[in-house]
Amino acid sequence: MSWVTQTLSSSLGRKVIMSLTGLFLSSFLVIHMAGNLQLFKSDEGRAFNEYTYFMTHNPVIMTISYLLYTSILVHALMALILTRHNKSSRPVDYAFKRPEANSAWSSRNMGILGTVLLIFIVLHMRTFWYEMHFGSVPMAEYDGKQYKDLYKVVLVAFSQWWYVLIYVISMAALGYHLVHGFQSGFQTIGLRHKKYTPLIEALGTYVFAILIPALFAAMPIYIFLKANNFIG
Amino acid sequence: MKVNLKVWRQKNNNAAGKLVEYGLDNISPDMSFLEMIDVLNGELTRKGDEPVAFDHDCREGICGMCSMYINGRAHGPQTGATTCQLHMRSFNDGETIIVEPWRARAFPVIKDLMVDRTAFDRIMQSGGYVSVNTGSAPDANEIAISRTIADEAMDAAQCIGCGACVAACKNASAMLFVAAKVSHMAVLPQGQAERSIRAERMVAQMDAEGFGACSFTGACSVECPKSISLDHIARMNREYLGAKLTSENV
Amino acid sequence: MAPNQLSTMELQSKVPAGPLPEKWSRHKFALKLVNPANKRKYDVIVVGTGLAGASAAASLAELGYNLKAFCFQDSPRRAHSIAAQGGINAAKNYQNDGDSVFRLFYDTIKGGDYRAREGNVHRLAEVSVSIIDQCVAQGVPFAREYGGLLANRSFGGAQVSRTFYARGQTGQQLLLGAYSALSRQVANGKVKLYPRTEMLDLVMEGGKARGIITRNLVTGKIESHSGHAVLLCTGGYGNVFYLSTNAMGSNVTAAWRAHKHGALMANPCFTQIHPTCIPVKGDYQSKLTLMSESLRNDGRVWVPKSKEDAQKIQKGQMKATDLKEEDRDYFLERRYPSFGNLVPRDVASRNAKYVCDEGRGVSKTGLAVYLDFADAIKRDGQKTIEAKYGNLFEMYEKIVDDNPYETPMMIYPAVHYTMGGLWVDYNLMTTIPGLYALGEANFSDHGANRLGASALMQGLADGYFVIPYTVGDYLATIGPADKVSVDSPAFKQAEKRVSDQVQRLLSINGTKPVDEFHRALGLIMWDYCGMSRTAEGLKKAKVMIQALKKEFWTNVRVTGDNEEMNQALENAGRVADFIELGELMVDDALNREESCGGHFREEHQTEDGEALRNDDDYAYVAAWEYTGENQPEVLHTEELVFENVKLTQRSYK
Repeated sequence: MSWVTQTLSSSLGRKVIMSLTGLFLSSFLVIHMAGNLQLFKSDEGRAFNEYTYFMTHNPVIMTISYLLYTSILVHALMALILTRHNKSSRPVDYAFKRPEANSAWSSRNMGILGTVLLIFIVLHMRTFWYEMHFGSVPMAEYDGKQYKDLYKVVLVAFSQWWYVLIYVISMAALGYHLVHGFQSGFQTIGLRHKKYTPLIEALGTYVFAILIPALFAAMPIYIFLKANNFIG
Repeated sequence: MKVNLKVWRQKNNNAAGKLVEYGLDNISPDMSFLEMIDVLNGELTRKGDEPVAFDHDCREGICGMCSMYINGRAHGPQTGATTCQLHMRSFNDGETIIVEPWRARAFPVIKDLMVDRTAFDRIMQSGGYVSVNTGSAPDANEIAISRTIADEAMDAAQCIGCGACVAACKNASAMLFVAAKVSHMAVLPQGQAERSIRAERMVAQMDAEGFGACSFTGACSVECPKSISLDHIARMNREYLGAKLTSENV
Repeated sequence: MAPNQLSTMELQSKVPAGPLPEKWSRHKFALKLVNPANKRKYDVIVVGTGLAGASAAASLAELGYNLKAFCFQDSPRRAHSIAAQGGINAAKNYQNDGDSVFRLFYDTIKGGDYRAREGNVHRLAEVSVSIIDQCVAQGVPFAREYGGLLANRSFGGAQVSRTFYARGQTGQQLLLGAYSALSRQVANGKVKLYPRTEMLDLVMEGGKARGIITRNLVTGKIESHSGHAVLLCTGGYGNVFYLSTNAMGSNVTAAWRAHKHGALMANPCFTQIHPTCIPVKGDYQSKLTLMSESLRNDGRVWVPKSKEDAQKIQKGQMKATDLKEEDRDYFLERRYPSFGNLVPRDVASRNAKYVCDEGRGVSKTGLAVYLDFADAIKRDGQKTIEAKYGNLFEMYEKIVDDNPYETPMMIYPAVHYTMGGLWVDYNLMTTIPGLYALGEANFSDHGANRLGASALMQGLADGYFVIPYTVGDYLATIGPADKVSVDSPAFKQAEKRVSDQVQRLLSINGTKPVDEFHRALGLIMWDYCGMSRTAEGLKKAKVMIQALKKEFWTNVRVTGDNEEMNQALENAGRVADFIELGELMVDDALNREESCGGHFREEHQTEDGEALRNDDDYAYVAAWEYTGENQPEVLHTEELVFENVKLTQRSYK
């Protein structure tokens, strides 16, 4: 199997790992997004809590979630390895550069954007995932069945303005990360074609870089406004 | 017109280098950038100073010898052109112009603005050819090649090997250079026999030379004097992955 | 004094007897072969990696010989063959338009104004077909028709479409093909590559070429390389004019230093001036850019009828478009009604010079004529013209900052190619046993004028299909043991000669940079040994060149040391050789009392100002022998025998 390690340790192989993990994480965003739309329901969090119960108890979902955690780690770790390698490829830098003349800002700053997102993910998981699994979450009862009331945790977290701000900034970073990352993922595995690349670009830009981060950002804002009684 | 130059001077690969300032008057806007450096070198020589070393040869944009990172960009502010095709009319009177050599681990500085690009030759030696001995070729018209394919091959094949892609890339990646050759050979029927092994070997050699990975910023294609498309990089990725997954080379 | 004594030494062309179409086959059979197992015992040195050098080195390595390939550029791929635009001829007759090997042979002989060897030229036409096969197999992306077969175009006024092309970058694609074959042999370990290395001397012993002395351009190290045979594939010497379409580094040094060891230099005065180049803008100019000849298919060449109008244009008081039709002189159409703007290169060039000499030139310098597309645009529409010449117009605009769709283009002739070169026999061997010259470096195939799209053909013919046969014959004759070690006195003395010259150049410490001498030489050559020559002018030039040489060796300033990258030092050595070559070119031009091809002597013209050849006295190759520093060179002649073509005077009226 030396060809496997050889392939995966080549510059192209590493990029393929970035691409596959990245595209997988992007697809997860769609699911995560769809599920979290339950937060907008005015049912005191029942739909949301039932959804979280499903997500934490379905064996298929649980397996995928571990794949997801691994993907995040591998994506981040590989990014670190690649960045170090890329930096070492130019040991002496130019005295004066004008990169804005030939490339987009987001494409050159995927590492910084990714770091912001990693910090965000840690924070996000500490607040919700950790609490859900290991913390003391109040219980709620629907139709005689006990559910962990994660909705309460969400309410508490998003009632603080600075916490909401972190989320909004992070979602902006997500948008910039995906506007480049989504289409780059396809390029890396060679999926580029006159007919389909414009579609991929549109999908990456309008859905993944704008719509999804905007909806994600809307959630904490909505809860904040609601928790502080700005809206009903 | 007048220009104020800041030129990278470095005696040799081991010596430390620095930007040195030179002022030039009476520069004609019709001069090419290299002719402006010629004028500077004439003045330096008359003063008994050493002229600035720089690579150049054909001075018509095809040999790929001239390099120079000018005001923060490979081959200067003009796109789709080499430094020898850049004219002083692209600069303002009195402008400060910073001139540096290509920067990459795989392109060590030889002297001043001159770098060693033999890494490109080694990549070509690793597989950038069709193995056909002289005299063994069939009649040229025995293989029909559609015009689209021939054009696609030519788009890639016109790479001049100047290294602007590496110089412009934030990762000093040689992907566009290598992809141009892999892609040129991959689309042509003549290149089929060695298609897999070529992609595998050329990528391996590219990595061994110490070039960075591709971040798909597109800087390479923008700065390429021949505007070679990123399509070729995608094709190389496809070729490489396909080869790794299906070739007999374990 | 011009040396004109005819020596008795006889030059053996070694063209085999027999009918023309069978000469090469018969000769190939007569050549000795090297046993396959013995090939690895032979070392061959190739200097230059252009079309001729790269193809020769690759082909010989494929046969099993050990090769060393040298180039002064940083990579073999940058040799100046790369800049050829138009295409490559081959007698494939794919277009069914009447082409044949014999027609290509005939056109080449005639185009060369009957100053080339029949045998060589026929062989060139014969192998031309295999070149295309070879290049296509390598993956050269030639232009194709919609059906997928190869496209051809007619080029340089040829009556048949036999030119293969890859956009306007044919030379580049062919060179990259040869370079890829070379790279493959480097990977196989059969070729060792020496980039950024310049040959500075030939090593002789026992009357044979034994190797070369080189200077590593990065470290300055002087090194010896021994081989059984040495192949000079070093291109032409057009840079003797300083301004030319050649690359800045193109030089005559390798050939010239071989010449000093006894290799005769043939027809050095035969230089080709290309009519459609972008005019000189100022004295800072370093290089001239060629615009493809195809532009003359649609462009009309003119200058103002009156000197007064021309002066107004020169001073910028008037624009070309302001001049009324009746005030314009379409001088090529006027003088050559049947060929018009499509007269051969030398005729078009000379006429441009005449009108400029009359003071009717345009541009600030007065050294330019118009190439006007206004009528073509009116006739075919801008779209059609753009499709045909878009990239050329763009290139022109990039350099000149002027839009050729709106104002006429300005062009002027520039030195482009040198037909002369080292004298070689049918085997491409020079007068030094074991020393060969291939491609533009030899004199053999183009006579006094080269046809368009034939330079690429000749370089590749020599490298792919001639030298692999002929060099084997020599190697088989001498045997593998006949080689001289680099530790021998012959190499040590040669190394010392080279070091001494380097030290001498560095120690002059004068006041003038090398380039100034080069420019001065170029001006002399252009004025007196350029498009039009006179005995009086040539004699004057000789005196001027001798004075320049003296000044060079007392007043040149070469900064820096030997032990480093030192471009001034490289140039100094090259310019020193150009100066000596320039003098020989003048001698040769003075000796040839006729006008033929690229050589026009004003004393020898017809009543209406056309070139007048003298076949009775000058149907020979003038080969010059070096006899020592500042000694006159001795002329040897090789009579040219024409058995298959009838010598005619060209007419384009």
